[in-house]
Amino acid sequence: MIRTFLAEWRKLRRPTLFLGSLVAALSLSSLVTSILFLMVDSRTGNSRRGEMVSRATLELPSGVVIGFSGAAGFLGLIALCVFAAQTAQEYTYGTLRNILVRQPRRFRLLVGKYLAMLTFAKLIIVLACAFNIALAYTLAHKMNVSTAAWGTHSGLVDLFHTYVNVLIAAFAYGTIGMILGLLLRSPISAISIGIGWLLIVDNILAATINNSAKWLPGQMIDTIARGKSPEMSYLHATTTISIYLVIASAIAVVLFRRRDVSN
Amino acid sequence: MSAPAISVTDLTKKYSERNALSHANFEVPLGTVCGFVGPNGSGKTTTIRMLLGLISPTGGTGTVLGEPIQHPERYLDRVGAMIEGPAFYPALSGSENLRVLATLGGFPQERVGQLLERVGLADRGKSKYKTYSLGMKQRLGIAAALLPNPQLLILDEPTNGLDPSGIQEIRDLLRSLAQEGTTVFVSSHLLSEIEAISDSLVMLREGEVIFAGKTKDLLIKQLPVIIAKSGNVADLQALLKIAVDSGHEATIRDEAVHIIAPSEWAQVLNKAAFDAGITLSQLAPIRPSLEETFFEMTEGDK
Repeated sequence: MIRTFLAEWRKLRRPTLFLGSLVAALSLSSLVTSILFLMVDSRTGNSRRGEMVSRATLELPSGVVIGFSGAAGFLGLIALCVFAAQTAQEYTYGTLRNILVRQPRRFRLLVGKYLAMLTFAKLIIVLACAFNIALAYTLAHKMNVSTAAWGTHSGLVDLFHTYVNVLIAAFAYGTIGMILGLLLRSPISAISIGIGWLLIVDNILAATINNSAKWLPGQMIDTIARGKSPEMSYLHATTTISIYLVIASAIAVVLFRRRDVSN
Repeated sequence: MSAPAISVTDLTKKYSERNALSHANFEVPLGTVCGFVGPNGSGKTTTIRMLLGLISPTGGTGTVLGEPIQHPERYLDRVGAMIEGPAFYPALSGSENLRVLATLGGFPQERVGQLLERVGLADRGKSKYKTYSLGMKQRLGIAAALLPNPQLLILDEPTNGLDPSGIQEIRDLLRSLAQEGTTVFVSSHLLSEIEAISDSLVMLREGEVIFAGKTKDLLIKQLPVIIAKSGNVADLQALLKIAVDSGHEATIRDEAVHIIAPSEWAQVLNKAAFDAGITLSQLAPIRPSLEETFFEMTEGDK
């Protein structure tokens, strides 16, 4: 499994993929943080769906990571794309047959690959988190937002919780990407169906069907990333999405182990 | 006596109602070069995939290096393979592609440089795979197959895309590997290549093994053709009549009479022609090549 992990990292570390993912993560997360601070006094809102995050809220201990938390969806989508592409490309390039000849234990191959992609996602998120904290301090200074509470114990606890929640959310998105990659065996199909569902269908269903949000994967992952939501509890979101992912992963793994590799 | 490198018994693969491979039985002895031939769609790649654990047989059994094909993890670290042409990550260099496979298989990274040298890609190892020509991709595929320093090398069309000197290099490489004790199981459409390098042969037609054994045994079984030419074209009809009257099948092609008969009958024909006042300008018994034998044995496909 360690060999599979290291072999996967040889593919993940290529500059176009690693730097491309990092630049996308930094750009999108810093965009959210920038809007949050630079438009703090704007009447049109400075957060998602026109919500107002006031100067007082930004000065709370959790203020330093509100922007980073708000970018969790974008970071998750990047993870979904990477996981789906790295998995499904083995079919489209025909490289799956090569790697299965070198590692015929299919379950080990999947686990090693998954762990490598999790560490990749974790590294990108750590760097995005650090960059966003630095950006938040810079913009707070520029916009005269007090940062006195950010460095307190309470602020550090909030920072840690937000980091863990964003990480869990990204892992959940990534796992969905890998499952779709295994099932659909095509990067384009896996990514388009994954993003199409999580960005569009999931939100439409949540907005149009009463009480549906607490059963929809995108809404549950969003709740985990934010740490709370009016629609469901954090515990419900983590438990239910875990059950969904375990069932879907089991189906994907069984299919992967049994399916003939004929491309 | 040691176990064969490959042994299959009644190996079958069925897709819906179609048999891709039907009750195949053959053995590949250790330390030999075995050609694997058959028309497109005859089941060669299906067989190779089953030997490598990529697809499951519908029926039958098989062993590779003495281990059952149901447990490929027990033998694949001693097997090198290139299946249906090379397949690599386009955005990685040739060298990095090999390193991915070396890491995965637990093989020393030093082998990557040695193998790039061996297949003539040392100066292009750092170039991205997507910039490679077809011949270079093929060479990289062969290098990847050699990574484990294999006891058994399975190659599917290794000479595709190679120029004549490249084909000669691969032929020499396979010969040298065989001399070092590597068993080579190679499928190719270049039957002259197979004939030149293989000790034994497995021939498929429509999913069935129609020959499995030593190449020379197959060729010896084929009746030779005697080609007779006369300086006078008008004598060809007389030569044809002599052959047919003696009970041999004969035709006139390219200003020569082609007679299917044992080579010893050539001297009978020579005497009969002399008695008939015909001067022969050429009299040659020719054994059919593997290519001619292949077409004769697989003509049911046409």
